[in-house]
Amino acid sequence: MSGGWQPGLRESALFDRNVIAEIQRAAKEGIYDIRGFGAKRKLPHFDDLLFLGASVSRYPLEGYRERCDTNVTLGTRFAKKPLELKIPVTIAGMSFGALSAPAKEALGRGATEMGTSTTTGDGGMTPEERGHSEVLVYQLLPSRYGMNPDDLRRADAIEVVVGQGAKPGGGGMLLGHKISDRVAAMRDLPKGIDQRSACRHPDWTGPDDLEIKIGELREITDWQKPIFVKVGATRTYYDVQLAVKAGADVIVVDGMQGGTAATQDVFIEHVGIPTLCAIPLAVQALQELGLHREVQLIVSGGIRSGADVAKALALGADAVSIGTAALIAMGDNSPDYEAEYQKIGSSAGYYDDWQDGRDPTGISTQDDELAARFDPELGGRRVANYLRVLTLETQTLARACGKSHVHNLEPEDLVALTIEAAAMARVPLAGTDWVPGRSPF
Amino acid sequence: MTATVEAEVVDLAVTPLRDLNQRLHDVALAGEGPSSWRIVNPRGAHAVACGLDAELDVEIHGHVGYYCAGMNKLATVRVRGNASTGIAENMMSGLVVVEGSVSQSAGATAHGGLLVVHGDAAARCGISMKGVDIVVRGSVGHLSAFMAQTGNLVVCGDAGDALGDSIYEARLYVRGSVAGLGTDCIEKEMRAEHVEQVRELLERAGIDDVGAADFRRYGSARQLYNFTIDNAGAY
Ligand SMILES: Cc1cc2nc3c(=O)[nH]c(=O)nc-3n(C[C@H](O)[C@H](O)[C@H](O)COP(=O)(O)O)c2cc1C
Repeated sequence: MSGGWQPGLRESALFDRNVIAEIQRAAKEGIYDIRGFGAKRKLPHFDDLLFLGASVSRYPLEGYRERCDTNVTLGTRFAKKPLELKIPVTIAGMSFGALSAPAKEALGRGATEMGTSTTTGDGGMTPEERGHSEVLVYQLLPSRYGMNPDDLRRADAIEVVVGQGAKPGGGGMLLGHKISDRVAAMRDLPKGIDQRSACRHPDWTGPDDLEIKIGELREITDWQKPIFVKVGATRTYYDVQLAVKAGADVIVVDGMQGGTAATQDVFIEHVGIPTLCAIPLAVQALQELGLHREVQLIVSGGIRSGADVAKALALGADAVSIGTAALIAMGDNSPDYEAEYQKIGSSAGYYDDWQDGRDPTGISTQDDELAARFDPELGGRRVANYLRVLTLETQTLARACGKSHVHNLEPEDLVALTIEAAAMARVPLAGTDWVPGRSPF
Repeated sequence: MTATVEAEVVDLAVTPLRDLNQRLHDVALAGEGPSSWRIVNPRGAHAVACGLDAELDVEIHGHVGYYCAGMNKLATVRVRGNASTGIAENMMSGLVVVEGSVSQSAGATAHGGLLVVHGDAAARCGISMKGVDIVVRGSVGHLSAFMAQTGNLVVCGDAGDALGDSIYEARLYVRGSVAGLGTDCIEKEMRAEHVEQVRELLERAGIDDVGAADFRRYGSARQLYNFTIDNAGAY
């Protein structure tokens, strides 16, 4: 008999089927659950915010006819060559290793078509990726896998990764079946081992050292390249102030919903703060330093639509970055692969085993046969299409609020649907003047 | 060989660091310029002579701060003094010699080349090393060769606690005592090929009063290469 509901059967809210299954799995396997994707629990998010479109008190802009610009410049503080992007949506750092070479290529193609940047990841820069990415951000991570001064000089910007929203305080993981010959060679590791990368940088700790490290990176690259600092959202107000003090040109704040290729489930679901509340904390930190908009803020973690982009910008971000959504745009979790998902115990819409290398779409794998299924040109076109839709949606909302540039969106254009979202985003509860924690009820 | 070449002298008491590094980089960019450099009054400056990418001979007279010769390629950098954190971090090739002692994370993540320290090295010497050779005339601090991936670390003195913790395939040679081995690091047999390797490294480092046969070898037990529940306590 199937496990459907019958009269008299009551599921526990505390011990629901997922909880029961996890206890059973833990008892059997004796090791924590490692998976990809981001937090799956319900969290206060951009869905809990609404825009106040223009009406009598302000006038909107004509869709398609009146301009609504989307360009953004990143790295104006110290770098001689800031990045000029046409849209305020960038592709987040995802490693070659976690992703296949053709998937990385597709991200570069899509980003380039739309005039935006893509980012390397914990595994170094591949020639395919550099070749297909007009603007490429090169990550400096604790592991320093593949870190190379030639690539540093080849990059358009450098991102010092302190942490990631999915696992603030945690290091990278790449399980053995994804350590192919090429990945092993790029990382100077033996093939097939379960690789654990460090959670702290090997040659600096704390904000004072970070300042010296950034100084070295600037010296090596002759002060040409913007230097980003990426943090997972936790003590965001302090982290942003310290990163700015250390000399960052651009701050990347990744909320707890941020995707990952391989992390313990307990880490993904229980560490960090939601993207929604991280943005006002970061903006406050920048404003108090008098550097909001001069040090640019990129926000990531759960960006899915133009509405999410517009809301992040309205709260004060200069750009957003996407990971999970870009993979989905390329074909991840597509129903076309349902039969194959079933074979590996998953299903389209649920697949999160990006750590295990058996991805039927050829995206999160190092298996040559699986990777060969993925067409980087088609994948690139899909990424570009998706970025185009995000941009059009963002412009639609901005025009409705009467803005001729998406950066003119502001917190004043937003209200919240829930008290939690109002408190976190620091905008009033819809229909009231009430910002919990700020204004009296 | 360099004696015949007139060295370009840069005084960091008057020349900004930026100008020095730019001039050193310009030699690689232009493919020509002075090959022999003498830097005086470094006064603990950070990032001195980092990012070099040409066969230069750079002599620094005095103490340097963090990341001296960071990410070095091809060049020979000699520090006639002490160096702070991260000397020759992520070096790719070339030679870096420190006549005094060095602080933490010497040669961190370096992929190639040779780092020689005539004094002592503090904690985390050779952390995450990825192919570099490091020879230390004195002793090294705790957690040296932490997560060391490949390359060789030769310590003529003693090693601090937790040597080679979570080590991968790097080879560690220590002549003196080891305060303690880190997780998954074990002593291994010193065979003739290893004695030969130490002899060759000492020779390249210009150390001729230490016998290669006096060293003991340490490396990975390879027990942590794949997650196994029986190792949970070690992770
Ligand atoms: C497959 C995958 C691999 C990732 N690899 C890295 C990485 O190497 N370095 C890094 O800083 N972040 C990495 N991330 C995190 C992303 O850079 C980004 O912070 C996150 O995906 C943003 O959240 P989103 O997925 O909800 O868009 C990875 C994410 C995914 C989905």
